[in-house]
Amino acid sequence: MTNESSDKTQLKGFEEKLKDQASQLKDLVDSGDLSGALSIISELDKSRDQTLFEEIGRLTRTLHEAIQNFRVGSDELDLDNSEINDASDRLAYVVEMTNKAANKTLDLVEDTMPYAAKIKLEAKQMAKEWGRLQRKEMTPEEFRDLSVSMADFLGKLSNDSEKVHANLSDILLAQDFQDLTGQVINRVMSLVKEVEDNLVDLVRMAGKVDQMTGITHDLEKENDITKGEGPQMNADARKDVVSSQDDVDDLLSSLGF
Amino acid sequence: MNKDMKILVVDDFSTMRRIIKNLLRDLGFSNTDEADDGNSALPMLQTGKYDFLVTDWNMPGMTGIELLQHVRADENLKSLPVLMVTAEAKRDQIVAAAQAGVNGYVVKPFTAAVLKEKIEKIFERIDS
Repeated sequence: MTNESSDKTQLKGFEEKLKDQASQLKDLVDSGDLSGALSIISELDKSRDQTLFEEIGRLTRTLHEAIQNFRVGSDELDLDNSEINDASDRLAYVVEMTNKAANKTLDLVEDTMPYAAKIKLEAKQMAKEWGRLQRKEMTPEEFRDLSVSMADFLGKLSNDSEKVHANLSDILLAQDFQDLTGQVINRVMSLVKEVEDNLVDLVRMAGKVDQMTGITHDLEKENDITKGEGPQMNADARKDVVSSQDDVDDLLSSLGF
Repeated sequence: MNKDMKILVVDDFSTMRRIIKNLLRDLGFSNTDEADDGNSALPMLQTGKYDFLVTDWNMPGMTGIELLQHVRADENLKSLPVLMVTAEAKRDQIVAAAQAGVNGYVVKPFTAAVLKEKIEKIFERIDS
């Protein structure tokens, strides 16, 4: 903000004037000069009004600049094509992509698991039979059966493992969303940063007007834990948030669980 | 622990419901149903068909903690075992869930081993 230093000096000037005149006012009242005291009061009032008008003027200019910085035409508010709207569309795309990838991966895993289970079961059975053969516990009849089922098993194993391999490759490919969604999220983050910077400037200006007019705001934060907040960021650095399942278990056991 | 028990899985994200159902199936529980928030889960639970409830916290409509409170306030459901599987990780929230009568609390992201351990612990305690 280019105006910041002049703002500060102006506010400071007003503060000094206020201090100075307050002590003058006290002296005048103490000495019984009421008309002198009243003229000081009206002077104070005037200079407060003037500073206030200047602040509002500056606020209006900043607001105007901020609106232009949001790249929304100041004459014609084109909300349908704003960057914020575009950002919402982009985030909706991220949700769609991650949803699709998760479902595709789950489909493939659900498809693959029975193959893995079948291979495991049959291999165990084969190993058992093979053990009997090696220990020479098999009759020639049983050996003939074993060689047939072994050929059958090896044939199926080859087909099934091919299927498992193909599904794993597809699961691998289904992770490509990370690259695309990552790029989108990075762009939206830079927009949010820009919007935040502009809002901070506005809040700073508005804060000065509050200071001049003596307005205070009741900024009590809503704290309803039943609503839920979703995943916590930087949980390690926060005292009010657990950072692992071990922390949850410790907390619950301290409550008698 | 009865592997045929009927389990209701409540989460607003269908992928998370699928993940939990798959993990439960791996643990030998294949008798599962799904609901997408407390409002749809509560009438299902009130049919009395369910032996175990696995619920998320943060859901539109009725949240998991509200569902838990409704379950504990219901004469027929008050002893239903409830496992919370959620991203909510504030100490206040975990304490609130404990006070509301949750039987177990798992924070997302979680592993199959943690889910297994918590379910076993819940039923060990109930069966003993």
